[in-house]
Amino acid sequence: MAVIRWLLLVCLLVASSAASAAIEIQHFDDPALDGRYRALTERLRCPKCQNESIGASNSPISADMRARVAERLRAGDSDAEIEQAMISRFGDYVLYDPRLDARTWLLWGLPFALVVVGGGVIAAFVIRRRRLRHADLDAEERRRLQALMARHTDDAAKETS
Amino acid sequence: MKRRLLLLIPLAIFAVLVAFFYRGLAKDPAARDSALLAKPFPAFELSTLADASQRLDRSLLEGQVTLVNVWGEWCPTCKQEMPQLLELADRGVRLVGVDYKDTRENGRRFLDEYGDPFTVSLFDPEGSLGFDLGVYGAPESFLVDADGVIRYHHTGYITPQDVEQVILPQVAQWQ
Repeated sequence: MAVIRWLLLVCLLVASSAASAAIEIQHFDDPALDGRYRALTERLRCPKCQNESIGASNSPISADMRARVAERLRAGDSDAEIEQAMISRFGDYVLYDPRLDARTWLLWGLPFALVVVGGGVIAAFVIRRRRLRHADLDAEERRRLQALMARHTDDAAKETS
Repeated sequence: MKRRLLLLIPLAIFAVLVAFFYRGLAKDPAARDSALLAKPFPAFELSTLADASQRLDRSLLEGQVTLVNVWGEWCPTCKQEMPQLLELADRGVRLVGVDYKDTRENGRRFLDEYGDPFTVSLFDPEGSLGFDLGVYGAPESFLVDADGVIRYHHTGYITPQDVEQVILPQVAQWQ
């Protein structure tokens, strides 16, 4: 059993190193550029894949896009310019976070709207409950309550004796 | 009675969500609108597959409706697509090929073997024109009008049905 587990681990390690070996490493002289490169390649989605960033994907188009990102970073383009260049070719699909515009305000706004509506509903419930609790018992109701409680303690005493 | 109806609100919300998700699940996740529609065809300067010394640019696509097809010898679906492209050429559609990320030898051999429907094939070994067109998998086709503006983008393979039902009507529309 231990041997099998060990073999499995070796297989996994080999497989993972083979998978990452296909992604080339970009060298930047400036560490700030390196950080921006990492962030951009994580933020941009591979157009060929269903859900992989260009930084994680082995597909040829992702390799092309990484090369373009690196090239433009070295040329001094801003992050926004690079994103725009990718969007103008591959569409909004390449952004993991869609931009806020006429088509996406509902998408961005709905969670906040739901929080507000949900908060409103909860507040309404709480306020109503509070009001109910404040309604005091009148003399007649108090007498009946006393009687009920007395009977209950009598019953309990009989049972234990 | 009114209060009872309020209890149906969560059910109504649920029904709306189900409708949305059902529609979303039935959609093809790979299908999406091209970012280049109604934009001018990107500028390029490339040699042709036939002649390394001949340079062509965007003016190639002006004056006539053209179907630009991005292909490569390495692309298996491109082989299945060739009969449809040959039929389109027979029907009088002007076709321009882009031999994408290929070698000259392989590209030429491909056309010898499967037929050549193209007026001319541009040779794009680095995939620079393909990149500017937002090509993420060959074959892809772009219909360009007489002013050099992209009017239709077909991702993936043109099926025999697509010839009659999609491509020819699009060509007629932008003529």
